[in-house]
Amino acid sequence: MEMVNLIIDHKPVVVRKGSTVLEAASGIGIDIPTLCYMKLDDMNIENKPGGCRVCVVEVKGRRNLAPACCTEASEGMEISTHTIRVVNARRTVVELILSDHPAECLICAKSGNCDLQNMANHLGIRKIHYQGEHSVYREDTSPAIIREINKCIMCRRCETMCNDVQTIGVLSAVNRGFQAVVSPAFEMNLDHSVCTYCGQCVAVCPTGALTEVDETGAVIRALSDPSKTVIVQTAPAVRAALGEEFGMPAGTLVTGKMVAALRRLGFDYVFDTDFAADLTILEEGTELLNRLSAFMAGDQQVKLPILTSCCPAWVKFFEHHFPELKDIPSTARSPQQMFGSIAKTYFADKIGVKRENLVVVSIMPCLAKKYESSRPEFSVNGNPDVDFALSTRELAHLINLSNIDFKSLQNEDFDAPMGESTGAGVIFGTTGGVIEAAVRTAYEIFTGKQLPRLDFEELRGMDGLRKATIDFNGTPINIGIAHGLGNARKLLEEIQAGTSEFHAIEIMSCPGGCIGGGGQPYHHGDSEILKKRQRAIYSEDQNKTIRKSHENPYITKLYEEFLGAPLSEKSHHLLHTKYFDRS
Amino acid sequence: MAEYNMHILVCGGTGCMASQSELIQTNFKNKLNEYGLADEIQVILTGCFGFCEKGPIVKILPDNTFYTRVTPEDVPEIVDEHIIKGRKLERLLYLNPETNERIGDSKGMDFYKKQIRIALRNCGFINPENIEEYIARHGYSALGTCLSEKSPAEVIRMVKDSGLRGRGGGGFPTGLKWELTRKSFSDQKYVVCNADEGDPGAFMDRSILEGDPHSVLEAMAICGFCIGADKGLVYIRAEYPLAIERLKIAIGQAREYGLLGNDILGTGFNFDIEIRYGAGAFVCGEETALIHSMEGQRGEPTVKPPFPAEKGYNGKPTNVNNVETFANIPVIINKGAEWFASIGTEKSKGTKVFALAGNINNVGLIEVPMGITLREIIYDIGGGIKDGREFKAVQTGGPSGGCLTKSFLDTPIDYDNLVAAGSMMGSGGMIVLDDSSCMVAIAKFYLEFTLEESCGKCTPCRIGNKRLYEILEKITDGKGELEDLNRLRMLSNVIKDTSLCGLGQTSPNPVLSTLDNFYDEYLAHVNSSTCPAGQCKALVNYTIDADKCTGCTLCFRNCPVGAISGEKRGLHYIVQSLCIKCGVCFEKCKFDAVLIA
Amino acid sequence: MNKIKTLADLKKLQSEVQSKIKLREKGDIPESLVQIKVSMATCGIASGAKETMTYLIEELDHQGIDALVTQTGCMGYCYAEPTIELTIPGKEPVVYGFVSRTKALEIIEKHIKLNELVDGIIPANYSSIDN
Repeated sequence: MEMVNLIIDHKPVVVRKGSTVLEAASGIGIDIPTLCYMKLDDMNIENKPGGCRVCVVEVKGRRNLAPACCTEASEGMEISTHTIRVVNARRTVVELILSDHPAECLICAKSGNCDLQNMANHLGIRKIHYQGEHSVYREDTSPAIIREINKCIMCRRCETMCNDVQTIGVLSAVNRGFQAVVSPAFEMNLDHSVCTYCGQCVAVCPTGALTEVDETGAVIRALSDPSKTVIVQTAPAVRAALGEEFGMPAGTLVTGKMVAALRRLGFDYVFDTDFAADLTILEEGTELLNRLSAFMAGDQQVKLPILTSCCPAWVKFFEHHFPELKDIPSTARSPQQMFGSIAKTYFADKIGVKRENLVVVSIMPCLAKKYESSRPEFSVNGNPDVDFALSTRELAHLINLSNIDFKSLQNEDFDAPMGESTGAGVIFGTTGGVIEAAVRTAYEIFTGKQLPRLDFEELRGMDGLRKATIDFNGTPINIGIAHGLGNARKLLEEIQAGTSEFHAIEIMSCPGGCIGGGGQPYHHGDSEILKKRQRAIYSEDQNKTIRKSHENPYITKLYEEFLGAPLSEKSHHLLHTKYFDRS
Repeated sequence: MAEYNMHILVCGGTGCMASQSELIQTNFKNKLNEYGLADEIQVILTGCFGFCEKGPIVKILPDNTFYTRVTPEDVPEIVDEHIIKGRKLERLLYLNPETNERIGDSKGMDFYKKQIRIALRNCGFINPENIEEYIARHGYSALGTCLSEKSPAEVIRMVKDSGLRGRGGGGFPTGLKWELTRKSFSDQKYVVCNADEGDPGAFMDRSILEGDPHSVLEAMAICGFCIGADKGLVYIRAEYPLAIERLKIAIGQAREYGLLGNDILGTGFNFDIEIRYGAGAFVCGEETALIHSMEGQRGEPTVKPPFPAEKGYNGKPTNVNNVETFANIPVIINKGAEWFASIGTEKSKGTKVFALAGNINNVGLIEVPMGITLREIIYDIGGGIKDGREFKAVQTGGPSGGCLTKSFLDTPIDYDNLVAAGSMMGSGGMIVLDDSSCMVAIAKFYLEFTLEESCGKCTPCRIGNKRLYEILEKITDGKGELEDLNRLRMLSNVIKDTSLCGLGQTSPNPVLSTLDNFYDEYLAHVNSSTCPAGQCKALVNYTIDADKCTGCTLCFRNCPVGAISGEKRGLHYIVQSLCIKCGVCFEKCKFDAVLIA
Repeated sequence: MNKIKTLADLKKLQSEVQSKIKLREKGDIPESLVQIKVSMATCGIASGAKETMTYLIEELDHQGIDALVTQTGCMGYCYAEPTIELTIPGKEPVVYGFVSRTKALEIIEKHIKLNELVDGIIPANYSSIDN
C-alpha cells in the first residue's frame, strides 16, 4: 500500500495514499469540524460535495483555503487547521449560513439534534455580523415528511441518500445562487413525486429542513379520550434504538423499559409488532413454499423469486418503478398492517370493543409507515387498521412530555395475546432478518425436519447486497438480500432481464434495515451506531426461548380460533393485499 | 470555376446581422444581377470585422475599400458609383476624427493599426460557410502536417514552446494541459471546446465561431491527435444560434471532405466532433461544471483535483480549452512556435482578443499583441472616451476581474500584470468607464451578475455574495456606515479564500479593486451621503438653476411623473417629493439649467 | 466532393482553391504588389478600357506576376483613354494613356519586369488618383 507523509498542525502523519486531509487529521486526534460532509463507514455511503466550506484548512503553498473533507493528502503537505485565517473563515462561513437561517431554534423540531446549532455552539458564535434577506420557500407537507426548506443549508446529504443510495432521484438542487435549494423537480410537492417516504433524507438532514409529520398530539388526544381503548404495537427495531434518545449507549436493548413507559403513557394494551411478524412469516412462508413446490413440480406460471413485502417504502418503490413486477412480491401485508387488521377484528371482538372505539397506535423506526397506514386499502369504512404511526423519536418526545424518567423504569412485559413473539419476529428489525425468520419456518415445514441450527450467519451482515444458498435437505434454495433501494434496483433489474438466480429475496429500503429507518434516533453519520443496534437485535433473538415463528403458541391459537390456516380465505381478506401501478 | 474580379465582403457577425447585413447582401446580389455582373463580382457574408461601432461593414476587394455603417438602402449607390464607375462613396468611408479625413483602407485606421490578427485571422475575410475558403487560407494543413509528419509529443512540444496560455481566463499553459491529458491512461479520452462565453459584454468566442469555425475544429482534431482522443465536443450556449448554425455547417463540410471522421488524410487517425448545448449559465464556463452539464447533471463545479485531465467527461480524461485558445493552434503549427513566441511579453505570448465596450468611441472586437498598454487600446484603437469625457477606469476580466485606474494606463497588458494590478485577463471583456460612472454602482452591477449566475453550491458564494451585494446596496442607498467598508473587505477576503470554484474565488474582485482604487468614492457615499458621479439615485437631487431656466417647458413636458411645475417663460422648479430621479429633465434641458447635486 | 485522402490531396486542393480568395488577399496588401488602376468611366469603357483590363489581368496571371488590377473612376484624361495608373511598390505612380493591348504588353515587359519607363506617360501632378 502506498503511503504519504504530511504534517498537520506541526505533527507528522503517515496515511494511506488516497486518504483525505480530514481522515489524516482525525487519525492523530485533530478533529476538524465538518457540516455537509457525511460518511457511513463500510456502507459505501458518502456525501462530500465540498459545499459548506466549514472544514477549510490552510495548505502551505496553496493560494486559497482547502476543504479538508475532499482534499487528498499528498506527500509533503503542510496543513494548519486552526490559524487565525482558518478560524476566521470557518466562523464567517457558519455566520453566513446562520444569516440565511430562521432563528427559531427554540421551537425547531431539530433543536438539540441540529448539526448547525451544534456547529454554531462549537465555534462559539455569539453574533452574526452579516445580516440580510432570508431565502423563503413554501413549506411542503406529505403523509410522512415535512419539508421546511427555509432551513435547508444545501449540504446535499438528502440528495446523496435520495439519488445515490436509494436511486429515487426526487431530491436535487434547483434554482441558482441565493435561491438555490434542494427540492423535487419544478418545486413540486413531495406527495406528487415518486418519493417512497423511506425517510433517509430526514435521517441525515443536519437541520430542521426535513422532519417527520408529528402525530404525538393526536395520540395524546386519543389517550385522554375515555371512550377509546388505545392499544400500541412496537416494531422490533425500536427497542434497539430508543435508549439513545435518553442518553443510553447505542445498542442498549430497552424492551422492558419501553413497555413500562408505554403503560405509563396510558396505553390500555402494550403489544408487540413482533407478534405480527411471526404471523407474517406463516403467511409469507407458506406463500413461498407454495410457489416453490409448484415451481419444482414444473408449473411454468409460477413467479419466482418471491420478494418480501414488509417494507412500505419498498412497496411504493416497485409500484412506481417496476409496476410490471407487481405480481412477484409476496401479497402478505406488512407486520404493522397485519397487527392492525387482527387488532381491529379478532382482538376487538375478544375484548368487546367496537372497531371505532379501538385506537391502534404503532411505534415504528420508519416514516413510510405513516404513509402505509394511510393507504385506503388498509381501512374499513374509513376507519384505518392503524390509526397513528409514531416514529421512535416521537415516542421519545411523548415519554419526555409525560415526565417519565425512562432510565430508571423497571422492565415490564408485553401484554397477551398480541405481545408474545419469537426470536424470529425480533430479527425483522435488521437487514437479513425477515428472510432468516422465513427460512427457520419454511425449512421445517418444507422438510418436515427440525433445523440443526438457528443462526444463519450467511444471511447476516451489512453488505448492501448479499446472497446465500440454504440447503433445504437436498434442495438448494438461493436467497438474495438487499438493503437500500439502489441495491434493490439491481436485483429487480436482474429479474427483469431474466437472469435472477434467486428463489427468495428480502428487500429493506433503509441501509441496515429497520434499525437504520428514517424514524430512528439520529445517527449523525456514525455507522457504528447501526451496527450496535443490529447486534442488540440478534442478542434479543438469542435470549428468546422460542425462536421460530411457527412455534409461537399465540399464533397457533390465532389460527385455531380465528383464521383457520395460512392463506385461508380469512387470511387473504385480512392479511394480504394487492399492489398498484403508480408509474 | 468562375473567376471573379471583385469581391464584396459583407459582415455577417451577429452585431451587423442585427443591423440588416443579410439584407445588404441580398440587395447587392439583386443589384449585380440587374447589371449582369453576378458572374464577375462575388458577394460574401463573412465573420465579424471587429469594428462593430461602425457596422454594418462592407469591404470591397481588390479595391481595398472599407465602408462603414452601410444600410440596405446604400447598396444601389455603392453599385452605381463604386462598382460601375469606380468612384468610392466618400460618405460611407471611415472619418478619421482627428484629421477629419475619410479613409478607405482599413489599415489606415487607428482602430486597426495596432492590431495583430491571429485568432481572428479569417474573421471578416472568408466565407465561414465555405470550407474551401478556409482551406485556401492554409486551413487544415496544420492538421495534415501534424498527422503525417509529427508525433503527438512533437506537437505538444510546439504548443508548449509557443507559450500559449488558456484564453478563457485562467491562463493555464495550453501545452502543459495537453501533456497532462496525454499522460492519463484510458481507453477513451475527450477534447472539449468551451464555448460557454458568459462575461457581460464579451463576444470573442462567438465571433470566432461565427467567422472562422473551421479553425476551432482543426485545432480540436490536432488536440485529439496529441492527447489520444477520437471524440470532440463543443459546449456552446444555446443563445448563440448563428455560431451554432455555422458550426454545424462547418462540421458537416469537414466530414464531407474527410477532415473529420475515420482515417483522416489516410493516417488512420479518427476524430469526430459533436455539439452540446448549454443553457447559458455563467458557471458552466468552469470546466468541471461544464462537464457535469454535458453529462446531463446539474451544472455545478466539483472540487479539483481530480482535474478533467484525469477524470473528466463520463469519468474519462478530458482536455478542455476555450474557443480562442483553439483558434491560435493551427497558426502556431503553420508558422512555428518561435514565431508565435516572438509576439507578446515574457510570460504571455501571442495576442489576445478583447471585446471593447463602454464609454469609448470605437466599440468592437480587437486582437492585440500581449504587452500593449491600456492607453494604446483605449486612445489609439478605441479612439478615446466618448463625448470628450474624462477616462475613469477600465474593467477587465468581467465579473471576476477588477477596475484599473489611470495609473495603470501605461502598464503592458498580460496575464500577470493584470493580476498584479488587482484585476485579471478573464476571457477578454474590456469595459471603459468615464467620469460619469459611480464605482460603487459598478461593483454592485458585477456582483448582481455573479449573484444570479452562482450555482449556489457553496456557502460563501451563495450567501456571502448576497450579503456583499446587500452591503453595497446599503451604501448606494445612502444608508452605509464606515463599518460597512470594513465588512465589505473582510467578507470579500473570506469569499475569495473559501469558495469552491473560480467563480466564487474571484467574485469579490470588482468590490476589492474598487475599494482599493476608489476608496474616496466609497467614503463620500458613507460619510457625506453623496455620489460623486451623480449616479446613485438615492443620493442625488435634481434642481433647476433659476439663472439658466428660460421657461421653455421642455422639462415639464417630458417629466414622466409630473414633478415639474412652472409657467411658460417663467421659472420652473422640481417638486422633490414627486421626483423619481429618472434624469429625463437633465437630459432634455437645452440650457444646462437642470443641476444634479 | 470526394473525400480528401492524403496530405498531398489537401495541398492540391489548396492550390486549386487559392485562386478563389487570391483577389481578396492581394487586395488586402496592395502596397506590396504591382498595382494597376484602369480608368473605367464611360469614356474609358468606350475606348476599350474593359478589354485592356481583362488583357492585363490574364497576361499578368499567365506570366505569374503578382499584381493587382483594379478599376477606378475617370482620371480626367478623356482624350487619352484607355488610361491606367501603374504603381511599382516603393515608387511613385505613373499614368499611361492610350493603353491598347500592345501597349499593355509593352508596359508589362519593360516597365513592370525591367523597370524601364515606356512611352506614353502622362505627366501628372498628383500623388494619388484617389484624392
